[in-house]
Amino acid sequence: MPDTLLWYATRGAGAVTLILLTAVVVLGILTVLRVQSPSWPRFLTTGLHRNLALMTLVFLALHILTAVVDPFTHLGWAAALIPFSSYYRTFWLGLGVLSFELLLAIVVTSLMRGFLGHNAWRAIHWLTYAAWPVGVLHGVGTGTDTWSAWMLAITAACIAAVGVAIFVRLTSGSTDPLATARASFRTAVDRREVR
Amino acid sequence: MRLVVDPIKCDGRGLCAGLLPELIRLDDWGYPIVNPEPLPAHLLPHARRAVEDCPVLAIALRRSQVKK
Repeated sequence: MPDTLLWYATRGAGAVTLILLTAVVVLGILTVLRVQSPSWPRFLTTGLHRNLALMTLVFLALHILTAVVDPFTHLGWAAALIPFSSYYRTFWLGLGVLSFELLLAIVVTSLMRGFLGHNAWRAIHWLTYAAWPVGVLHGVGTGTDTWSAWMLAITAACIAAVGVAIFVRLTSGSTDPLATARASFRTAVDRREVR
Repeated sequence: MRLVVDPIKCDGRGLCAGLLPELIRLDDWGYPIVNPEPLPAHLLPHARRAVEDCPVLAIALRRSQVKK
């Protein structure tokens, strides 16, 4: 029985990782949008973003560990760490490894953000927009439960959540608090030059 | 120790003021105005969190200069 237990743990942790990672991505976008209200200060968005990101990594570790340790799959550590080296579903499993390693890079650089400087950290943080869809594809492509109704609902909800967040980010325009001040200064300067 | 804001890096996100309202308030445009006095010891953990959580790394803790 422990064999099936490990296999269930792998699948469960994979689904939880998808949900958590989606929440982290949405919270990250909300940070950029400077969302706040009297009951939701901005430090809550960033705090949740960071803590849920660390929790995502815990479930991702569980997902990978249980898959590798499972004697039935006998995947081996190489398959878990080197993308596209697995005998089993080489492409789809490789996407998962790729997504995991991108996320690891994103989290590690975030933890040492002070040493890296803001620009380098931000450049690496943009890789999230690669890591998340690659992770989703891994789930759809190799997931045992992909076509069960509940997993379809979870995947669809996650894609919708990130889709909406990205759409809002792209259409919300500038978040520069001095935008109006800068614009009026600009028009005042232009008026003087015309005269 | 005291808090110093880099006005070039600062983006007016306002997180620091939410985390440390005792020493930081926001101006009309959302940029922080920091109390320049040395930090009282009991606020040091909150100040550290404000420094760590700044999305653009624009606020830092500096050792207070020794007064003559």
